[in-house]
Amino acid sequence: MFRWEFFLEIIKKPDNIPIILLIIALIVYTWIALYKAFDNDKRLAEGRPVWEAEPHNQEKVHTWPHLLNIEFIAAIILMAGLTLWSVFLNAPLEEPANPGVTPNPSKAPWYFLGLQEMLVYFDPWIAGVLMPTIIIIGLMAIPYIDTNPKGNGYYCWKDRKFAISVFMFGWFLWMILIVQGTILRGPGWNFFWPGEYWDVHKVVPLVNVNLYELLNIDPKTFWLIREMPALILLGLYFLLIPYIVSKIYRKFYEDLGFARYTVTMILLLLLMSLPIKMILRWTLNLKYILVTPWFNI
Amino acid sequence: MSSKLQDFLEKHVYPTQIWQSIFRHGKPINDRNRSLAVLSNVFLHLHPIRLPRYATKYTYTWGMGGMSFLLFLVETVTGILLMFYYHPTATQAYIDIKSLEFDVPFGMLLRNMHRWGAHLMVLTVWFHMFRVFMTGSYKKPREFNWAIGVLLLTITLFMSFTGYLLPWDQLAMWAITVGTNMARAVPFLGHEGPFSNLLGLRIDNDIRFALLGGTTVGGPTLLRFYVLHCIAVPFVMSFLLAVHFWRIRKDGGISGPQSARLANLNKVTQVKAALGKKEESTVAQPPKTE
Repeated sequence: MFRWEFFLEIIKKPDNIPIILLIIALIVYTWIALYKAFDNDKRLAEGRPVWEAEPHNQEKVHTWPHLLNIEFIAAIILMAGLTLWSVFLNAPLEEPANPGVTPNPSKAPWYFLGLQEMLVYFDPWIAGVLMPTIIIIGLMAIPYIDTNPKGNGYYCWKDRKFAISVFMFGWFLWMILIVQGTILRGPGWNFFWPGEYWDVHKVVPLVNVNLYELLNIDPKTFWLIREMPALILLGLYFLLIPYIVSKIYRKFYEDLGFARYTVTMILLLLLMSLPIKMILRWTLNLKYILVTPWFNI
Repeated sequence: MSSKLQDFLEKHVYPTQIWQSIFRHGKPINDRNRSLAVLSNVFLHLHPIRLPRYATKYTYTWGMGGMSFLLFLVETVTGILLMFYYHPTATQAYIDIKSLEFDVPFGMLLRNMHRWGAHLMVLTVWFHMFRVFMTGSYKKPREFNWAIGVLLLTITLFMSFTGYLLPWDQLAMWAITVGTNMARAVPFLGHEGPFSNLLGLRIDNDIRFALLGGTTVGGPTLLRFYVLHCIAVPFVMSFLLAVHFWRIRKDGGISGPQSARLANLNKVTQVKAALGKKEESTVAQPPKTE
């Protein structure tokens, strides 16, 4: 049942204020970016230059005063806002650090809650180490795998549908996981609806099963044989899908070349692995797809 | 400005040797002096003298990069001031934070600004990345600067994370405990990660132990995170910021539709053309330099 007092108790925690700013900024700036993108698409379709390339906007103006004015105003507003925020809201300070008392829930800082949320679906070495590394490397790789020369330096959508869709998907997934980790995860990292009481005694039965258990394979079977279905599934996922996509979207494959295409597909499949594992957990209570003596996926 | 004050300044301040030694150009009332004002100032000359009008519009840039840098400066200044009142020891740290609230004039404001500024900086850096992606500004010739930017984003998060421990309260200690527990699971290097037995790792010699200076978050961790937060990471960050800003200018200034033209500028063919080789015809026209 939704109760305002429980909802506000979570929202009003000082360290959760950035989450509210984050949600507002997401709405505002996504709207600006897409509004300008569709506007430019329309201009291009009508054979007109994009907004940024209009003669009036291409005109060179002096940094002093045209740019410095707006920078100065932005700086003043930012500093005034930050000062007001700091005057009226105190940074949290709880009891002194005590290794003997573990708070429940124990949460990482809000910007890492996406990673902490991933721990529900993946083992720590994937959620906490592999995925962050892939995210950082993947982001750095974007300019080197996106060779589309269009859409350089102006908002647009039609010329970069694939790139923008993938990036926005990952971006919103990340943001949603953070918001969920902040607002909807309570004691024991259990799921609580907004406005629900965070009951530390809530018991959630652990009914998750591995893939071989779903398939009724004897757990005592030698692991390589037991995990054959999992290995085949993973093989199909990481090898067959890229192969089929390269045949269907031949031009996409040829434009990128083998190396770029392979990197793009691996990053894309790893990105998709998170929502896939989430859905499998919700629908089949799947714990691990692959169980080996050294690691589980 | 009142004309009396202006007269005073005109007569007794602007002509003085001191004033003229600091500002080596006249008042920015004409284009020449406006150019000089930007050019002869070490801070302002991060900017070009002139730029296309769209680059001054908030709806194009969102000002997120500039705000991130301003917040970096806010964090630096408030951070330096906070360091005067803080001991990174397990016995003293919490008391120092309390005394900021009750003993130090404006101590609480200082700490609030440092904390909220840090949260805000994470947001501005993220939305800076979002804007740069949505305008396709990472494309040729700015690929490398995008990569530097991703590193700066990572470092911003790490800066905020290391700072989170310093108040030494329950919130700090357990957030860092949860965060650094990830290091247990690093393949090969963490004692609970896959293949850790190959290197003979235990809880007291793996990568998490190196980060914490112990097997749990304790006094040595506080000192390590303090040094990382105040010296080591800002040092690296300053270098990367310098490269980031420098490369904005060197890669052709603010991104824009003219970038595509710039991207065609192939240095090799240019040199060959200068030597009278045949590739001349493939050379794209370099952009007009102002």
